[in-house]
Amino acid sequence: MTDKSIDLRVRPKKVSAKATKAKKYILRLYVAGSTPRSMAAISNIKKICDEKLAGFYLLEVIDLYQQPLLAAGHQIIAIPTLIKELPPPLRRIIGDLSDTEKVLVGLDLKAL
Amino acid sequence: MAFEESTKDLIANVASLGFDLKGLIASKKIAVDFVYVERDQVTQVGEYNLDALFIRLGTAIDTIGAKRVVLDTIESLFSSLPNQGILRAELRRLFRWLKEKGVTAVITGESGVDTISRQGLEEYVSDCVILLDSCIQEQIASRRLRIVKYRGTLHGTNEYPFLIDQDGISLIPITSAGLNYQAVTGRVSSGIPRLDNMLGSKGFYRGSSIMVSGTAGTGKSSFLAHFADAGCRRSERVLFCAFEESPSQIARNMKSIGLDFDYWIKKDLLKIESIRPSQFGLDMHLIMIQKMVTTYQPKIVILDPITSFSDDRNEVAVKRILMKLVDFLKSKGVTAMFSSLTPSGMPVETSHVAISSLVDSWILLRDLESNGERNRGLYILKSRGMAHSNQVREFLITNKGVELVDVYSGTSGVLTGGARLSMLAQEKAIDLHMQEEVELRHLDVENKRNVLDAKIAEMRAEFAAQEAANIKLISQGKLRKTQLSADKYAMEIMRQSDTQVQSVKLKKDSR
Repeated sequence: MTDKSIDLRVRPKKVSAKATKAKKYILRLYVAGSTPRSMAAISNIKKICDEKLAGFYLLEVIDLYQQPLLAAGHQIIAIPTLIKELPPPLRRIIGDLSDTEKVLVGLDLKAL
Repeated sequence: MAFEESTKDLIANVASLGFDLKGLIASKKIAVDFVYVERDQVTQVGEYNLDALFIRLGTAIDTIGAKRVVLDTIESLFSSLPNQGILRAELRRLFRWLKEKGVTAVITGESGVDTISRQGLEEYVSDCVILLDSCIQEQIASRRLRIVKYRGTLHGTNEYPFLIDQDGISLIPITSAGLNYQAVTGRVSSGIPRLDNMLGSKGFYRGSSIMVSGTAGTGKSSFLAHFADAGCRRSERVLFCAFEESPSQIARNMKSIGLDFDYWIKKDLLKIESIRPSQFGLDMHLIMIQKMVTTYQPKIVILDPITSFSDDRNEVAVKRILMKLVDFLKSKGVTAMFSSLTPSGMPVETSHVAISSLVDSWILLRDLESNGERNRGLYILKSRGMAHSNQVREFLITNKGVELVDVYSGTSGVLTGGARLSMLAQEKAIDLHMQEEVELRHLDVENKRNVLDAKIAEMRAEFAAQEAANIKLISQGKLRKTQLSADKYAMEIMRQSDTQVQSVKLKKDSR
């Protein structure tokens, strides 16, 4: 409960300060093989980025089956995981990213 | 795979338990992966699974060829990831996956309020569940372990205490020590020659447990010290566990009765361990003593006194612990001697912790109070398997150690100390008197005999005189008779009497 209330207080400030689109978005999507869920996640994030961040983003899709050591390096445990590296703060979104609204909130692209 | 401590922390923390984690990582014996997820960084959108975790684990297992996997603590996933339903399903999958991998996995989890694990899941999917807990009794905490389940085995079901120290975790399944130890027949001296004599001339059995009980100030510690000293003299290692005095105080005090403990300590034959009973729980004491016995390998263990364990504690528990201890020491062939303080005012046979049935030999020390002085008495209440004296002995603690003396047991009861000495003197006087009396009687008899002899001689003389007179009278009478008949004959001749009469009369006379 306390965590959430802190979040609520902090977030509006950050949204106004950082989400100015002046900076480039660096996103990484971690998947494992070409499962339907991974595929859905990839297409979902691509769609969101093209719609909201056209020209301002860099999306890297990493298949952990191909590069298993990256999982430990980037503290990934769930699949699929989307990490917003830049701009700060770092955000992680897990799941197939099917709810666009929630993804936007998670990426600080939309206030709650 | 650590969920709570970083690799750096882990290395530092286990170093205090004696593990060189850094070295093990360097030589590729252990791979540590620190899994860390910040809850407020994570948003869940849609379904997910823990494939990444599986991949990490799989990679780590393959890089070092691991046979064992530790997940500490898997539960932290529940606090850092949303959607419990998915997590539970994934956890179940993880357990199955680990099994298929052919690795032995140790997974830690916190216990829940009513369930063994907080999620109520792990204990069902695991093959073996070990429950650790810590209980606090009388402000003393002790850690305990219990095997809740272990598929396919006959496992111990009891709660076992364990210890964490610089050598890691020590767990001794104390209840497994049964009554099947091998009896030893060798004998060991008690360090007091006359006490050995009382014990069938040879002393105690090796590997037996001996209790010395008595009220305060009866010299229990001195007896223990003698036993320790005797052990050191035979070049046997002695472990002296003191619960009331510090090592230097014991050494100083024993010097006053002529025992040089410092010398034995220097020769590494004696080790004095001073532990406050209240420092640890009972189980912990047991484990510590067991550890010391295992590392120091003594032949003799001395506990002074065991009654201090039972201060404010459950006596049943104390007895249970001592029973385990006695069993353990016996299985190691260690001779154990402990002192037991009897509260004054209670019958002396009352052993405070009621362990009398556990001990093989029981020496009772008691105060013998009389005539305004207190003296120390000793007797052997029991000593299994040997002919032992039933005598009460008085003993003195001198600067040369404990000395046993006979008590005075005569018509006026058992006397000790000053009373014994005065009684002995008194007896001596009586003896002397008796001797004089006897001599007097001798003289008297002699005198009487002399008198008797004299009397006999006198009477004999008198008798002889009378006899002579009588004989004289008899012969005179005879002479007279002959004279008379001769005279008569002459007269008859003169009267010319009848010849027949004459001849008859003559014949009669000649007869």
